[in-house]
Amino acid sequence: MSEQGAAEFEGLPSSAPAEEICLQVDNLSLAYGDVQALKNIRLDIAKRSVTAFIGPSGCGKSSLLRCFNRLNDLIDDAKLDGEIRLGGKSIHAPDVEVSELRRCIGMVFQQPNPFPKSIAENVAYGLKLHGALPQSEIDDRIEEALRRVALWDEVRDRLGESAFELSSGQQQRLVIARAIAVEPEVLLLDEPASALDPISTLRIEELIHQLKDRYTLIIVTHNIQQAARVSDYTAFLYLGELIEFGVTQAMFTNPQDQRTEDYIAGRYG
Amino acid sequence: MTDQVEVAEGKAAGWSDWWRSGKPLVWLNALAVALSISAVAGLLALLAVRGLAHFWPAEVLAFEYLDQGVKTRVVGELIRRESPSSDGLEAASEQWLVKTGNRRVNPPDFRWYARDGIANLRTPADLVVVERREWGRAYGRLRALYEGDARVASGERVWAEIEARREQLQSLRAAAADVQSKGVDAIDHALEQLRIERRKRAFDALPPSLELVFRERELKERSAEYEQQLREIHAALNRDRLHLDTMNGERIELPLGDLIRIWRPNQMSWSEKLGHYFVGVRLFLTEGPREANTEGGVFPAIFGTSLMVLLMSVLVTPFGVLAALYLHEYARQGLLVRIVRIAVSNLAGVPSIVYGVFGLGFFVYFIGGSIDELFYAHARPAPTFGTPGLIWASFTLALLTAPVVILATEEGLARIPRSIREGSLALGATKAETLLRVIVPMASPAILTGVILAVARAAGAAAPLMLVGVVKFAPTLPIDGHFPYIHLERQFMHLGFHIYDLGFQSQNVEAARPLVFATALLLVMVILLLNSSAILLRSRLERRYRSSYQD
Repeated sequence: MSEQGAAEFEGLPSSAPAEEICLQVDNLSLAYGDVQALKNIRLDIAKRSVTAFIGPSGCGKSSLLRCFNRLNDLIDDAKLDGEIRLGGKSIHAPDVEVSELRRCIGMVFQQPNPFPKSIAENVAYGLKLHGALPQSEIDDRIEEALRRVALWDEVRDRLGESAFELSSGQQQRLVIARAIAVEPEVLLLDEPASALDPISTLRIEELIHQLKDRYTLIIVTHNIQQAARVSDYTAFLYLGELIEFGVTQAMFTNPQDQRTEDYIAGRYG
Repeated sequence: MTDQVEVAEGKAAGWSDWWRSGKPLVWLNALAVALSISAVAGLLALLAVRGLAHFWPAEVLAFEYLDQGVKTRVVGELIRRESPSSDGLEAASEQWLVKTGNRRVNPPDFRWYARDGIANLRTPADLVVVERREWGRAYGRLRALYEGDARVASGERVWAEIEARREQLQSLRAAAADVQSKGVDAIDHALEQLRIERRKRAFDALPPSLELVFRERELKERSAEYEQQLREIHAALNRDRLHLDTMNGERIELPLGDLIRIWRPNQMSWSEKLGHYFVGVRLFLTEGPREANTEGGVFPAIFGTSLMVLLMSVLVTPFGVLAALYLHEYARQGLLVRIVRIAVSNLAGVPSIVYGVFGLGFFVYFIGGSIDELFYAHARPAPTFGTPGLIWASFTLALLTAPVVILATEEGLARIPRSIREGSLALGATKAETLLRVIVPMASPAILTGVILAVARAAGAAAPLMLVGVVKFAPTLPIDGHFPYIHLERQFMHLGFHIYDLGFQSQNVEAARPLVFATALLLVMVILLLNSSAILLRSRLERRYRSSYQD
C-alpha cells in the first residue's frame, strides 16, 4: 500500500527536494524549569512536504512540535532560546499575534478532541473566530474541508449531530478538517494515529499524502514504519538533540549515525 | 470426639471465609443505604400524614360530659386520644382532645375530656362547621338567616338559602377586591407619591406647587368615592346574617360576608369529602394567613420563598462562576491561590446566623443606609432601603451560598481535558474565546450542580433571614401592580420562618400544630420542585456536552 502510495506521488513536485523553505528552526533550546528538553536544534522544513519527527519517548519531539505554534507559552516555567522563522519572520517577534500565528499553523493532537458541538459547528469553529463570514460562505467552507478529509459522504446528512456520535477515526478526520478549514500554511500532527485502529490509521496516512500538495505537514510519530510510509524528510531526535535530519529514504536506507541506526533497527525506543 | 473437633474447625473456617469473602461489607453497605432511605421516606410520610390530614373534613361529635357532678354538652372534632400513663396516682381513663371551636363565645377552642365522663356520644347529621374570617371555626346548628331585620329562613331551610346566595357573595367579594386594588390601593399609592413630592419640596425649602395641591385634592375626592363604594359592597355583604345555636344554647351571629366555608361533615358522602379536602388544600396554597397565622393559607410565604431563592440564584451564579474562572483559569497557581481556596471552603462552613449578622450590618445598615442617604434623603429618618428587605435577604443568602457555587464550578473546570483547551487555542482562539465558547459550556452541568446545592441551602435557611428581611406577617407581596412592580425593599414571608413562627411563637398551639407539618411538607416540596427543575436542566446539558473521552 505504501509502495503504491509512494509510486503515486513520485511524480509530484512536492516530493522533489525542496528549494522553498517554510519554517526555519535556528539554534532552538527549550527548558521546562531545570529540565532541558531541547538543545540547539537547527533544521529547515520544506514547503509542501511531510517532515516526520521520530525518536524514543521523552526525546523532545512533541516539545519541538509545540514550539511551532507557541503552545509552550501556556506552560509557566517553559524557557525558550533561539528562534523559529515562518517565511523568514520570527514567530516570537513582538508584533506577532499568537492567535494569528496559530491560525497559520494548525495542529492535530494524539487524542481526537472534537468540541461538544455539532459536526458542522466543529468545522466552523475556527472560521467564526476570525472575522464574520456570511453563513453561505461558512457552509461552503465546511463542505470543502470535510470533502478534503474524505468525511463529507459519511456525515453530509447529519451535520447537525453531536461530533461525539462519530467513531474515533472519524473524529480524528473531523479534527483535521477543523484545522484545515481556516486555511493554514502548516499543519502539525502530534501522533495523529496512535489512538486509532489500523484501518483508521491507514485512512489518516492516505489523507496526509493528499494534504501535502497544499500544506506543509510536520508529523510526530512513534511508529517508524509510519514515518517511512508518509514522510519526505525525517528528523531523529534523541535526549533533546537533533541527531540526524534528511530525506527519509536516504536516512532509512543509510543512516549516518549509530544511534539512528539502532533506533530504526528497533534496538531501543 | 474427633468428628466434633473437625466440625468446630470447619465452622470457624466458614466464619472467617465468610468474613474474608467481603459479604459482611456488602451487607453493611446495604444496611446504611436502607437506613438512609427509610429515614427520608419516614420523614416525608410523617409530614404528609400529619400535615395533609388536617384538611380532611372530620366528623363532628356531640356528647354529654359529666365532670364533678356538672353536666355539659360538647360539640367538636376529635383531634387526638391519649392513653393514661399506668403509673398515674388515680386510675385515669383515656383522654380525648376535642376541638370545640366557638372561640368567641366559649373559649378556649381546644379542650381535654376524660373518656369516662363522656356519655351519649353521637354524630348528628345537622351539625354544621363554619370557617369564618375571624375567631376560628364555629360549630353548631343552623337556626335562622336574616336579611336585614327580616328572617328569611329558619332551621334546615337556612342551608338552601346560603347555597342560593353563594354566587352573589362571590361576585360581591370579587367586586370588593377589585375596588380595593384598582381604586383604593392605587389612589393610596398615588397619594403617597404626592406626599413624597411634597416632602422633597419642603426639603428644598419650596412650598408645594399648586398643581400638587390640586391633584391631592382630586385624589382625595376620588378616594372618598371609592371608599363609599367599598362601604356599600361591605354593607351588601353583611346584610345577610346567619344565626347558629351552639350546644350550650349560646347564639352566634355571623354576617355572611365573614363566612368562608360551611359544611355538614356528618352527612357528606365520601366524594363530597374529597372535594372539600381539595378545596381546603387549594385555599391553604392560595390564601394569605389569618388569625396570627393559625388559620388560612401560606401563599405569601410560598411566593416570598420562591422569589427570594430565584433572586439569590440570579445573584450568586454569575458571581460564583466568575470567581471560579478567575481562581482556576487566570490566577497564577501558588500559595496565595491555595490560601484563597481554603478560605472559600471554610466560608461554606460558617454558621448561617453569622451571615445574617453580617448581612444586617453590611447590607442593611451600611449599603442600604448609604442608598437612603444619597437617594431618599427626603424620606428620612424613615428608612427606604436601610431596613431589612427582600433584596438584602437575597444578597445575604447569595453570599452564604457563593462558596458552594465556586467550588462546584472549579471542580467542573478541572474535569475538562487539557486537549480540549489546547484544541481551541491551536485553532487561533484567544483564552477568553476558549473559555466562553468551549470551557464554560462544558462546565455548565457542574455549575448547575453548584446552583442546586445553593438553592437547597438557601431555601432551607431560616435563621439569617430573620435578621435581614423575613417577617411573621407581610401585608403586601414584593410584586404588585404599582410602579416599579417589583418592590425589592419590602419585607416578605418565608416558609422556613413560617414554620418556626407557627411551631414556637403561636398563642394557639393546637391550632397551629397541623399547619406546622403542612408547611414543612410544602417547604420540602418547594425545594424539591426548584431542585428537580435544575436537575432536569443539568441532565439536558450533560447529554449535550457529554464528552466521549472522559477518564
